[in-house]
Amino acid sequence: MTRNTGPGAKREARAGFVFASPWLIGFCIFLAYPLLASIYFSFCDYSVLKPPVYVGLDNYKELMGDELFWKTLSNTFSYAAIALPLGMLTSLILAMLLNTKVKGMPLFRTLFFIPSLVPQVSLACLWLWVFNGEHGVLNTLLLKFGIEGPNWLGNPAWSKPALVVMAVWGGGNAMLIYLASLQDVPTSLLEAADLDGASGWQKTLNVTLPMISPVMLFNLVMGIIGSLQVFTVPYIMFPNGTPERSTYFYTSYLFDNAFRFHKMGYASAMGWIMFLMILALTYGSLRLSSKHVHYQGG
Amino acid sequence: MRNVSRLNYFAIFANTLDESQKRLHSAPVDRGAFTLPALGAIVLATVFASESLTRPEPKHERVHVTYWEKWTNFEFDAMKHVVDEFNKSQDKIQVDLVSMSQIENKTLMAISGRIPPDLAGLYGQNVSQYADENAVMPLDEMCAEAGIKKESYIPVFWNINVVHGHIYSLPTTPASTALHYNRKMFRDAGLDPDKPPQTIEEFDDDIQKLTKMDAKGHIQQAGFIPSEPGWWNWCWGAFFGGKMMDDKGRLTLNSPENIKGFEWIQSFSKKFGADNIQSFKTGMGNFDSPQNGFMSELVASELQGVWMYNFVTKYNPKMDWAVAPFPHPKDRPDLANGTVVDLDVICIPTGAKHPKEAFEFLKYLQSQKGMEMLCLGQKKLSPLLQVSPDFYSKHPNKFIKLFTELAKSKNTLYPPKMGIWAQYNDEISAAYDSISLMHKTPKQALDDVVAHMQPALDSYNERLRLRGIK
Repeated sequence: MTRNTGPGAKREARAGFVFASPWLIGFCIFLAYPLLASIYFSFCDYSVLKPPVYVGLDNYKELMGDELFWKTLSNTFSYAAIALPLGMLTSLILAMLLNTKVKGMPLFRTLFFIPSLVPQVSLACLWLWVFNGEHGVLNTLLLKFGIEGPNWLGNPAWSKPALVVMAVWGGGNAMLIYLASLQDVPTSLLEAADLDGASGWQKTLNVTLPMISPVMLFNLVMGIIGSLQVFTVPYIMFPNGTPERSTYFYTSYLFDNAFRFHKMGYASAMGWIMFLMILALTYGSLRLSSKHVHYQGG
Repeated sequence: MRNVSRLNYFAIFANTLDESQKRLHSAPVDRGAFTLPALGAIVLATVFASESLTRPEPKHERVHVTYWEKWTNFEFDAMKHVVDEFNKSQDKIQVDLVSMSQIENKTLMAISGRIPPDLAGLYGQNVSQYADENAVMPLDEMCAEAGIKKESYIPVFWNINVVHGHIYSLPTTPASTALHYNRKMFRDAGLDPDKPPQTIEEFDDDIQKLTKMDAKGHIQQAGFIPSEPGWWNWCWGAFFGGKMMDDKGRLTLNSPENIKGFEWIQSFSKKFGADNIQSFKTGMGNFDSPQNGFMSELVASELQGVWMYNFVTKYNPKMDWAVAPFPHPKDRPDLANGTVVDLDVICIPTGAKHPKEAFEFLKYLQSQKGMEMLCLGQKKLSPLLQVSPDFYSKHPNKFIKLFTELAKSKNTLYPPKMGIWAQYNDEISAAYDSISLMHKTPKQALDDVVAHMQPALDSYNERLRLRGIK
């Protein structure tokens, strides 16, 4: 293959840039500039309404002593620590079940995928009633088994688990990705394992899981990013992070600082801290997974 | 010869006609050549026609004043009526009213983007924050020129607009609050509905009689729930004489009076069970719904505002209800007629394109005629001291005089004027949760709020001082 270096090459490149320009301009204005500006603002006292005043590391220092910063960080990580592994496990189990040869499988696949299509705001409104302590569907069902359900939304001990249940319920996207990768597992390997007398569990552990490990890594990274940025549903369901700020998450506090308290510099600093944390976790996952993830052909 | 030649001519004509017809059928017709110009002509004609129809005569050209307002529904309709009347009353200014959700956030962004509306309908609690940032224009001079003065208003409804000695906004509709109670439920509990409780102690006794539990100890009917509707978590200490900030700017939320107020809040959890109250409360619907606790007659009494009339009329018009001043502690008769007041305001954002024209509308709105049109439309009280003789007779809310008198009382309760009120209020709400869930004593919870907020307030004031605002 030869590279086109003739007189038409420049014209072609120019045309390429012209065609890509709507995206390029949009990217520069709406993403690149705000992103870079927020680095500067994180070192400023900036209320949006007044020009930013450079304050050095003051915002970062103040954050270190801010009780609410640590509270929201702890809420976010404890939510992610439960929601992420549970969500991944549930999606994987569901994908494996939906990969079996059972009559009416397309219907089952559709049914399990539908919840992930529900918009976040509708999801929040729907689950407000499911979790209602007095007339909620969940507690009514639990009562049929003789269990008196808790006040999910009003009790600090149950508010985060309620959000985890919702996150697991809407995990259809991850399930779909697992399903696609499960269908890609070479049947020759599974047949070879059969010939060697491997049990179902051994085949899953030694053939299926290693073969889909790149997809598991992908879902893990996306899950880390998603769960640490949880915002819409708790913001709607639990105003002000009630009860007792048990559902006040990092992004909600960031939003409040920016738009309610007019502390855009402080919020920018929070944004960059979160970015660095996600970056470190993603890098850590990639490093740790290098020994456990198997890529076909490499 | 003559005949022959005539025949020849005829034959030639016939041939020519035949040829032209053949050409017509054989050659393809270029329809685009006709359709494109035709379409162009139609478009041009439409544009010219619509321009000439919609463009006003140059001599009547009005200045358009953009006005963002937070209201929807009947409240918006009432303001729309005032705007329409103003637009009709003159031919120089056209106010364009737009209903805007999350108005405080959107106005903030619009001001920072230098494309603010000419008028913004904010909440009274936003005024300090916006004034500190110079985000709204001081109106002192324009008010002085227009003869709009403090003496015309119920004092609290003027003072809310004043920050650092300047007036930054003007009232739209005010509100005061009182104890709303269900007369039938009072009667059923053996209480006299014509003698509502005067003191907190009497009220406690009434609540005990009004609250009904089932065999398992679950609440079936509540006499009063402080967290319903839960909009003024800061106010309970104030009903016991507590202040949230002293004259020197020190936070005093953990004062003995405030602690007493929040101890009263905790007494409900002690008597009826924190979980029990929460479960009962989750069984109710949204405020603006028939499942509202008070309107569905599950809660016998509630601290509510002058607006409640509109909702009771809508969702439970047959309910037998009444209004009385909220009770005061027995040992503090000086705190009688305490009322939480609220105010919706209108201001001119900094950078507005037409501030003078915008103020013309404000002048109209602040007149007795404009204000009564709005307040009657929203069925609220007027912020003006003087009202027309038929204001009360026309007013459908039979308790309107009581709400007006309460607003004039010396015990009006309103959040302190501070730019970080939103933060302070969030902290108080979190403390309220801890107190009502019995996770902290009122003293612990209020001490924690002060310990967290005092440094935040000091640092905020320092930033203002550096900018020369304070």
